[in-house]
Amino acid sequence: MADVQFRFRDDEPVADPAVTVDAFGDQTNASAVRLEPGDDAAALIPHLERLRLVEVNFPVWTDGRGYSAARTLREAGYTGELRAVGDVLIDQLNQMRRCGFDSFAPSHELDADDAAAAFARWPHVYQATGDGRPAIWALRHAQ
Amino acid sequence: MKILTGNDLRSGAVVWWDGSGWSLHVAQAADVGHDGDVIAAREVAARAVVSPYVIDGEKVDGEVRPAHIKDRIRALGPTVRLDLSLKPADPAAGDWVI
Amino acid sequence: MYKYDSYDQAMVDARVAEFRDQTRRRLEGHLTEDQFRPLRLMNGLYLQLHAYMLRVAVPYGTLSSAQMRMLGDIADKYDRGYGHFTTRQNIQYNWIKLEDAPDILADLATVEMHAIQTSGNCIRNISSDQYAGAVADEIVDPRPYAELLRQWSSFHPEFLALPRKFKIAVIASETDRAAMRLHDIGIKLVRNAAGELGAAFYVGGGMGRTPMIAPLIREFVPLDQLITYSEACLRVYNRHGRRDNKYKARIKILVHELGKEEYTRQVEAEFAHLLNQDIEPPLAELARIKAQFVDPPFAAGLPDAVDRSDPDFALWVDRNTLAHKAPGYAVAVVSLKPVGGIPGDATADQIRLMADLAREYSFDELRVTHAQNIVFPHVRKADLHALWSKLEAAGLGTPNLDQIGDIIACPGLDYCSLANARSIPVAQKISERFAANGKQDAIGELKLKISGCINACGHHHAGHIGILGVDRKGTENYQLLLGGSEGADCSLGTITGPGFSEDGVVDAIEKATDLYLEQRQDGERFLDTFRRIGMAPFKDKIYG
Repeated sequence: MADVQFRFRDDEPVADPAVTVDAFGDQTNASAVRLEPGDDAAALIPHLERLRLVEVNFPVWTDGRGYSAARTLREAGYTGELRAVGDVLIDQLNQMRRCGFDSFAPSHELDADDAAAAFARWPHVYQATGDGRPAIWALRHAQ
Repeated sequence: MKILTGNDLRSGAVVWWDGSGWSLHVAQAADVGHDGDVIAAREVAARAVVSPYVIDGEKVDGEVRPAHIKDRIRALGPTVRLDLSLKPADPAAGDWVI
Repeated sequence: MYKYDSYDQAMVDARVAEFRDQTRRRLEGHLTEDQFRPLRLMNGLYLQLHAYMLRVAVPYGTLSSAQMRMLGDIADKYDRGYGHFTTRQNIQYNWIKLEDAPDILADLATVEMHAIQTSGNCIRNISSDQYAGAVADEIVDPRPYAELLRQWSSFHPEFLALPRKFKIAVIASETDRAAMRLHDIGIKLVRNAAGELGAAFYVGGGMGRTPMIAPLIREFVPLDQLITYSEACLRVYNRHGRRDNKYKARIKILVHELGKEEYTRQVEAEFAHLLNQDIEPPLAELARIKAQFVDPPFAAGLPDAVDRSDPDFALWVDRNTLAHKAPGYAVAVVSLKPVGGIPGDATADQIRLMADLAREYSFDELRVTHAQNIVFPHVRKADLHALWSKLEAAGLGTPNLDQIGDIIACPGLDYCSLANARSIPVAQKISERFAANGKQDAIGELKLKISGCINACGHHHAGHIGILGVDRKGTENYQLLLGGSEGADCSLGTITGPGFSEDGVVDAIEKATDLYLEQRQDGERFLDTFRRIGMAPFKDKIYG
């Protein structure tokens, strides 16, 4: 189990192990769940009340289903920790952050300086993704 | 014979393993026998070459000839721009790839 | 034309810095090739047969003179003095060094250009009608909508690791000049019964291994929901597109396997949800973009007559110019298909000449067509002779637009690592054959398209005559297809039968066109005759 290398939250990390989506449905006291690429994030929406950690696994970084899973959860109002785990690399950190991830547990530790540069790379963003950053079109037409 | 080829990491140029290093000329390609994968892994790790692979070839009249047309075109250059190929002075150079 | 503001410039500059950093990490060994490959592809950098290849985006095919000049300068400075215009309105350079690539992107950024997402499993350059803003048959200029989509799709964080590449085309006329229904999403601007402007969405078209014509999934998306609807289409694809088999990963397979109705139902559900997420730019943003695509200041009262006393010029006017929406103006097309030449290639000098001529004669503007030609969109008819004379002197005056010599061809096995057979030599032999036999004029409009492999970059499925190069036991072999069209009468070609050698396919095409000349009725194009009489007589003629 890889360590969390980057975390953009102030609350205490959840200690519970993340369970599979199937197990989560059965264990009514579980507060942490792990989504695999083929899992339907929308299935968690009825249970947001008790969810405090969602791990989204990226077995290979080129499988981008986890990005949609993250946005689906954030758009449904999930405010708990959203952790990217697995094949998490420098050049995907920023887009993961933009999709709502706020913690990162790469399977191989990343270079801290390169990661810092990646998180700070983009001066602006073209899209509204619910991550709190105003889209360029919003800045252009701000009153 | 077995030939090891790839592209130079920095320039992208087609290169052939000549037994001790990389050559631009297929004529200098060495028979790597069963060692191709080992050499390839070592050269990738040294960042000398990108996407190396082992191909079949044969010696024809002393010249090394890759078995597949794709590698013969790689060895020569674009047949439609022989001026940019490795044999710019030979107007019939394109016949070699067929 | 669209001008970057400080936001656009900052984004492109940040991308250059990012790629420079990625290249450094690759060369220092912090990134493996497997990790780096998708990153370089998203900046248009391929590893091809002889070197790296860089594909530069020409958004919706529109270029200024300064941009065109830069393309010529890059060809000289970093390549071997030429570039290749592609079937997706881009340009690619064949002899690039990895170490130079960040500098090239930096040079491009100085003229508001880039190579962002010109490859990789992401949303690619948005293509459009090459005559946008110049011809009378469009209901509106489609390019502002393409620009809106360009900004939305650039670095979209959710859609940078899609199952497969994703191509969008936007048109606004009944005459489809952008092969709209052969794209992952084809958008056609339309008016509804109330006269309001909106967009029809066609989703799941494409060529490649399994060609499909995109079905219409929504007749009318209001303009203030365009981005939201696109996002819904993409999200359903990102979640459910197949990732187990790269040959079944395009959205056309998803739409086909789910069925149009089920895919549409999922999109509509996602769309209903996304409408509440405030992701749509305001109409003021569309208005801001549209203001930059206003007509150039056309002069009034210009003569419509053209002095046709020079027969070579008159021929070029008849073949390579089109009616313009403004009186006294014409659209002029430069054919990059000289007899025996390489389709789509232009030298650095030719590129710079076209840049200069656009400044002088076409309000500083050029277009790249998916047929690999260059357009001067707004030329005074009175200037046509001067323009033609200068083009002709530079080898750019070939009068063969939409004729059999105006061949679309991918780079094929001469350059491309995916190809199975060479495309360019076949194109050269066909254009030479039909220039020599004098039948080109008699045949008239005939769209001939050649791909060197099943990926179909040469659009062979959509050619009136298509050629597909295959590898048959290590030898190049060519399959012949008849009856395709990329236009509003979109259709996919049918294979005639057993394949041919390089010379054999040229002979077969001559036989097919001979049959057409024998059989055609008044005004019929090759395609019309084929559709009327069917494949059987062509088979008899070709193989009999």
